[in-house]
Amino acid sequence: MNSAVSNLVEIRDLHFAYGERSILSNLRMDFPRRKVVAVMGGSGCGKTTVLRLIGGQLRPQKGAVTVAGEVVHQLDTAGLYRLRRKMGMLFQFGALFTDLSVFENVAFPLREHTDLPEELIRDLVLMKLHAVGLRNAAGLKPAEISGGMARRVAVARAVALDPELIMYDEPFAGLDPISMGVTANLIRTLNDALGSTSILVSHDVHECFAIADYVYFMSAGKIVAEGTPAELRVSQDPYVKQFVNAAPDGPVPFHYPGRSLAEDLGLEARA
Amino acid sequence: MIAARTADLLAAIGRPLREAVEGIGYATRSFFNLIRVSPGAMRRPGLVAEQIHFIGNYSVVIIAVSGLFVGMVLGLQGYYTLNQYGAEQRLGQVVALSLVRELGPVVTALLFAGRAGTSLTAQIGLMKAGEQLSAMEMMAINPVQRVLAPRFWAGVIAVPILAAIFSAVGVLGGYLVGVQLIGVDGGAFWSQMQAGVDVRDDVFNGVIKSFVFGVAVTFTALFQGYEAQPTPEDVSRATTRTVVIASLMVWGLDFMLTALMFNK
Repeated sequence: MNSAVSNLVEIRDLHFAYGERSILSNLRMDFPRRKVVAVMGGSGCGKTTVLRLIGGQLRPQKGAVTVAGEVVHQLDTAGLYRLRRKMGMLFQFGALFTDLSVFENVAFPLREHTDLPEELIRDLVLMKLHAVGLRNAAGLKPAEISGGMARRVAVARAVALDPELIMYDEPFAGLDPISMGVTANLIRTLNDALGSTSILVSHDVHECFAIADYVYFMSAGKIVAEGTPAELRVSQDPYVKQFVNAAPDGPVPFHYPGRSLAEDLGLEARA
Repeated sequence: MIAARTADLLAAIGRPLREAVEGIGYATRSFFNLIRVSPGAMRRPGLVAEQIHFIGNYSVVIIAVSGLFVGMVLGLQGYYTLNQYGAEQRLGQVVALSLVRELGPVVTALLFAGRAGTSLTAQIGLMKAGEQLSAMEMMAINPVQRVLAPRFWAGVIAVPILAAIFSAVGVLGGYLVGVQLIGVDGGAFWSQMQAGVDVRDDVFNGVIKSFVFGVAVTFTALFQGYEAQPTPEDVSRATTRTVVIASLMVWGLDFMLTALMFNK
């Protein structure tokens, strides 16, 4: 990606492993300010790990993640919490606080981090809920709303403090086509309205290509392709072609690697 | 060959021992971390009060009903024994001392572990499984300070109050059986109790016991929930561990505290 553009997040030579199992290796990514960047790839390719490293929930073995000029893993707890106040994150299934109402969920970060008067908190929360189309659901509990609505409430909560960086972890997973379109549109609209930077981790090609400015494709912890959605649509890269066309076999094998079927059935021994 | 077997045997003994020591060390460090962040939680007394209300409501009915029956049984058993020596006038003292020194704190802590403790473990474990604690961390909010510390202090405050309710209702149960049912003199029941129960040596020591049990049981419940793997199987195992570990801790601590407090 064009390095002349000011990047809010930069990842350089990043290595991460759980014990002996390598998850990410030699990763280099840029997330320019005010852009929506999608990180795509199959399940288990390390997409969510990238988000956790950016948020400082994990520490890399090598390399660095820089957010707003600060190297995340070098920060102490206070520094990390200060940096996280510039971030908003949407978890895969919303992670709403189930004992609080929709209103209180969105009000939660405002109450924790500001001393705003109750009237102002009320107005801000209703505005955020209005932006996601759920102002009239303010009094409901998370158990009383659908998965798509819960995801939208979580978006409202993630942007409650108008963060510089918004991270979305699989925002389209398990949503019906209408909710999916609504959520995708919301991500783009909020990013542009707030002037934030969005990182979108997903494997949904259609929605990501519709709203992202730039896309990284990951496989087995490495970047295998990158470009704008228009570039990737016509890419001849076998991985991108397999992913975009949802082909069962290709560079990403259908079968989990290991012994062959012939070996398991003892056919090679007989031969 | 023998050297290899000896090494295997030593490893088989040493590994679980090392893991146990590591586990105790980790739990101790977590406990002091909880204490360290507590002033932040205590600056918002509303959070603690909310949890006292929640936890207390969970346990108050079972505590009161159990206290009533334990007191009634003490009234019966006490009368049968004291009657053999012609000392049934001392029934009030026996019932009250048994309750405030021993049964009140211990049975309350055990019931609290089974009722509120399991609920706390499951609640924290499910919050972890639902990524609610991770979400808090990403909002720059320390979940130990915001979620665990208010619940911890609520439990520590609630257990002595519940133990007091248990003992008070138990004394009433002993009175109902001893005085109203069997016919022990009511004046003797209350006056012997007043004369034989010392506020500092008996009641205050009972309060200290229930405070210590409150710390042990509530911390165990929260620690088990917080350290549970985010799966349904492990959250259910964690609730079981809460009851087992907390109950054993209560019995062990009770022996130590009794030996220290009532050694005259």
